[in-house]
Amino acid sequence: MNIMASIVHLFLALILSPLLMGIINRTKAIFAGRKGQPLLQPYYDLIKLIKKGSVYSATSSWVFRLGPVIGLASVIVAITICPAGGFGGMLSFTGDFIFMAYALGLMRFVTVLAALDTGSAFEGMGASREVQFAIIAEVVLLLGLAVLAIGTKEISLAGIYAGLWTNSVSSLGPVAVLVAFAFLIVLLTENARIPVDDPNTHLELTMIHEVMVLDHGGVDLAFIQYGASLKLWLFSALLTGIAIPLRTGLPLTDMAVNIIGILAVAVLVGIIESGMARLRLLHVPQMLVTALSVTVAALLWILR
Amino acid sequence: MNMWTDIFILGLVLTDFYLLATSRLAAVIQTTVFQALALSAFMLTMADRPWPLLLVFLALVTLTVKGVVLPWLLRRAMREAGVQREIEPIVGYSASVLIGMVLLGLSFIIFTPLKASISHESAFLLPAALFTTLTGLMMIVSRKNALTQVAGYLVMENGVYAFGAALAVEEPLLVEMGVLLDVFVAVFVMGITVYQISREFDHIDTDRLSELKD
Repeated sequence: MNIMASIVHLFLALILSPLLMGIINRTKAIFAGRKGQPLLQPYYDLIKLIKKGSVYSATSSWVFRLGPVIGLASVIVAITICPAGGFGGMLSFTGDFIFMAYALGLMRFVTVLAALDTGSAFEGMGASREVQFAIIAEVVLLLGLAVLAIGTKEISLAGIYAGLWTNSVSSLGPVAVLVAFAFLIVLLTENARIPVDDPNTHLELTMIHEVMVLDHGGVDLAFIQYGASLKLWLFSALLTGIAIPLRTGLPLTDMAVNIIGILAVAVLVGIIESGMARLRLLHVPQMLVTALSVTVAALLWILR
Repeated sequence: MNMWTDIFILGLVLTDFYLLATSRLAAVIQTTVFQALALSAFMLTMADRPWPLLLVFLALVTLTVKGVVLPWLLRRAMREAGVQREIEPIVGYSASVLIGMVLLGLSFIIFTPLKASISHESAFLLPAALFTTLTGLMMIVSRKNALTQVAGYLVMENGVYAFGAALAVEEPLLVEMGVLLDVFVAVFVMGITVYQISREFDHIDTDRLSELKD
C-alpha cells in the first residue's frame, strides 16, 4: 500500500506541479483586485513552448543545450525521493536526503553552466547571485534535515517524515516549528520568489533566477519552467510534511491532506508575495543567515 | 505545562537572534516587550498549579515594568532624540547573528558539566538565559547608538532574570523586586541622559562621546 501511495504521489507531482504556479498567480491577482490569468495558464504556456522550435546562439556550445535536459532529469530524480506526508518517496535508502540535496545541486549547477556558456554578462551576473544565495540555503536545508534525522533517529527521508509526528508531540514539536520556518525561507530562496527574487521583473539588473534563462527558448524553456514548478512542488512537499502534524494512518486521507497542504503552501507563497516587497540584494544573505540561526537553535535543542 | 515552558524559552532565544539581526530601534524596543511577555509567562509555567499569589503578583509587576513602562520610556527617548535606526554598527548584522550562534553553542557547552545536577526542564533554560545575557552584552559592545545600548542593558537584565527564575522558583520576593527597581531606575536615568545628550549634541553616537572634554 505504501509503495502504491508513493507512486501515486509521484504522478500527482508530475501532473499537478504547474498548477502551483497558477495558484500563486491567482492568489496575487485576488490580492491586487485583478481577475488574473486562468489557473491552468502554466499548462498552456508549457504546451505553447513545446510546439515552438529552438534558436541557438552561434557562440553557445553543447553545454547550453544540455543544461535544461539534465536540470529537468535531476529534479525528477529528486522528486522520486521526496516524501509525501507520512509516505516515503518511490525510492528510499539510507542517507537519501543527502542524495536529494545533491540532485538539486546538480540542477542548479547545469543551469549556471548553461547561463555562463552564453557569454552574456547579465547571465553571468545572475549565475553568481544564484550561487551566492544557494551556498547558505543549501546549508540550511541539509542542517534542517539533519536536525530532524537526529530527532527521529532515522537516516532516510521516508523514515524521518514517518517518525516525525508519531513521537510525542511535546518532544519534537518546537523543533518541527523551527525547521518548518527555516524551510519556508529556503523554499522562497530556492524557487526565486519574493522577497528574494521577483519572478515578474524583467529588468536584468534586479533579476536573479530569471536572468539565467533569458537565452533559452522553445522546448528548452518549457523544460526549465516545468523543472522550476517541480522544484516548487518538492520544497512544498518537504515543508508540508513537517508543518502538518496529521497522520491518520489511512493512505487516502493522508494523501489528500498532503496534497491540500502543498496547494496551501502555494497560496501562502502568493500571500507573502502580495504582502512583501523584494529585499535589497544585500539583505538576502542576512535573511538566510537568520534562517540558519533558527536551524542551529533547533539543533542545539535536539542535542541538549 | 512542560511544552509551554519550552515554547517560551524558545521564544526567548528567537527574539535574541532577532535583536542581533535588526537595525530598527522601534523593532528592538518592541522585541524587549515580547521578551518581557515570555519571561513573565514562563515564570508561571515553571511553577505548579495553583499558582502562589506572590508569583502571580511578581509576574504582573514584571510585565508592567518591563513590558509597558520601560518600553514607553525608551520610545519617548527615541522620539525625542529623533533616531529611527542604528546607522553604523561596529559589527555588521549578519556577523552579529553568526557570533550569536557561536555564543549559543558556548552557552550550551558551559552547562554540559552541570547536566547531571540540574532538572530536565532547565536543561535548555539555563543556556537560554546565559545566551540572553550574552546577547545583551553583544548589543552593548557592538552597537554605537546609545538607545540600542540601553535596550541591550535591558536584554542583559532579562537574561539574569530568567537565570533567577530557572534556579529558584520560590525566590524571595524582595530580591526580585529589588532587581526590578534597579533596572527601572537605571533605564529611567539612561533615558533622561540620552535625551539630554541628543539635545546638547544633536546625536547619540557613543563613539563620538569619547571625544568630549570638559
